[in-house]
Amino acid sequence: MTAINVVVNGKSYTREVEPRLLLVDFIRDTLSLTGTNIACDTSQCGACTIHLDGQAVKSCTVLAVQADGSTITTIEGLANGKLHPMQQAFWDQHGLQCGYCTPGMIMAAAKLVEDNPEITEAEIRHGLEGNLCRCTGYQNIIAAVAQAAKA
Amino acid sequence: MYPSKFDYVRAQSVEEAVERTSSHSNAKILAGGHSLIPALKLRLAQPDLLVDLGRIAALKGISRHNGTVSVGALTTHAACAASDDLPKVWSEAAGLIGDPQVRNRGTVGGNIAHADPASDLPTVLIALGAQIHVQGTAGPRAIPADEFFVDLFTTSLEEGEIITRVEVPVESNQGSAYTKVFNPASRYAILGVAAQVAIAGGVCRQLRVAAGGSTPKAIRAHHVEAALQGQPINDTTIQHAAAAIADDLGEEVIGDMYASAAYRRSIAAQIAARALSAAAARAR
Repeated sequence: MTAINVVVNGKSYTREVEPRLLLVDFIRDTLSLTGTNIACDTSQCGACTIHLDGQAVKSCTVLAVQADGSTITTIEGLANGKLHPMQQAFWDQHGLQCGYCTPGMIMAAAKLVEDNPEITEAEIRHGLEGNLCRCTGYQNIIAAVAQAAKA
Repeated sequence: MYPSKFDYVRAQSVEEAVERTSSHSNAKILAGGHSLIPALKLRLAQPDLLVDLGRIAALKGISRHNGTVSVGALTTHAACAASDDLPKVWSEAAGLIGDPQVRNRGTVGGNIAHADPASDLPTVLIALGAQIHVQGTAGPRAIPADEFFVDLFTTSLEEGEIITRVEVPVESNQGSAYTKVFNPASRYAILGVAAQVAIAGGVCRQLRVAAGGSTPKAIRAHHVEAALQGQPINDTTIQHAAAAIADDLGEEVIGDMYASAAYRRSIAAQIAARALSAAAARAR
């Protein structure tokens, strides 16, 4: 076991973990933050996207020990008293069908818009290549991200 | 999916990483983890020890020296995609690897150490005539990209050797480009062609071309190069030279569930022509 310390959604956690523990399992099972989903588990679908030291990453492909000393934001930490503009936009535009990909979509999209506030539709589509929606609800997702970019 | 059990150590320096890796019988080097962790989860790799390079700051970053640019092994694909110092073929290819999240974690050194035949970077580094700098118990050495990639998932790295940086020559008169057809979910190359060309007086003076994704390892396209070298650059000469890629791909073209060997052969000349045209346009 290896001791790690991470700050998740503003709160500091120190835990003993097995080196093989994946960051997504640490977040879900150790910290009980189950908003971050696991779907493909092969770094393709993006359902497990979180922000690790300010970057969108797939937490199924990071070991918890690699995140030692890092600052993490999950979907639970995005709202600040009221819904984050990206969450509000997904609500307004109905940017989801079953909702399973939504936490990852919102985390990836929030970072896209933060990095590129003047983002175009083509850039949104290219920027969300790492997030799959099996309901194929992409049209409303694109509309939601475009709304959030204007917010 | 859970990896099998392993011990973990975070190396503070390249020297420590070399020491830890070479003194252990079944150790693996961890960089960004975007090739290794999927392999661990599938238990294709079952090391007893992971030596994490992730915090060695000296291995990160892109710097220009006289006529060359040096890229640290831990530099991410996102950083390469955003770099103005790198030849266009590299930054362009880096921006086509995986997706934004993958590019935020995947590293140059990890990518080439893995030597995945469907990866983009080996193709680019062969076209650029890159030198792969490594460090092992016997000290540092540089390996030309042409010799670094040996076969499917096989490199010329010796046991315990660690990639420290990749160096490529930069000449301002060169134009370069990367074109690929990819699997739409993973973005892995079905076929990728990298080209770098220098033109003077409308004539191709210098040319390096490489192809990857369709063969067990990325290959230098010598036949394409020979067909265009010294020729005037126009659509006819480019199409003619691009057709020679069939000879470069040879008999070992991969067919899998994503694309048959026949399909890969059928698109090769067109993809090569696009890469050559784009590189030539940038050289002018």
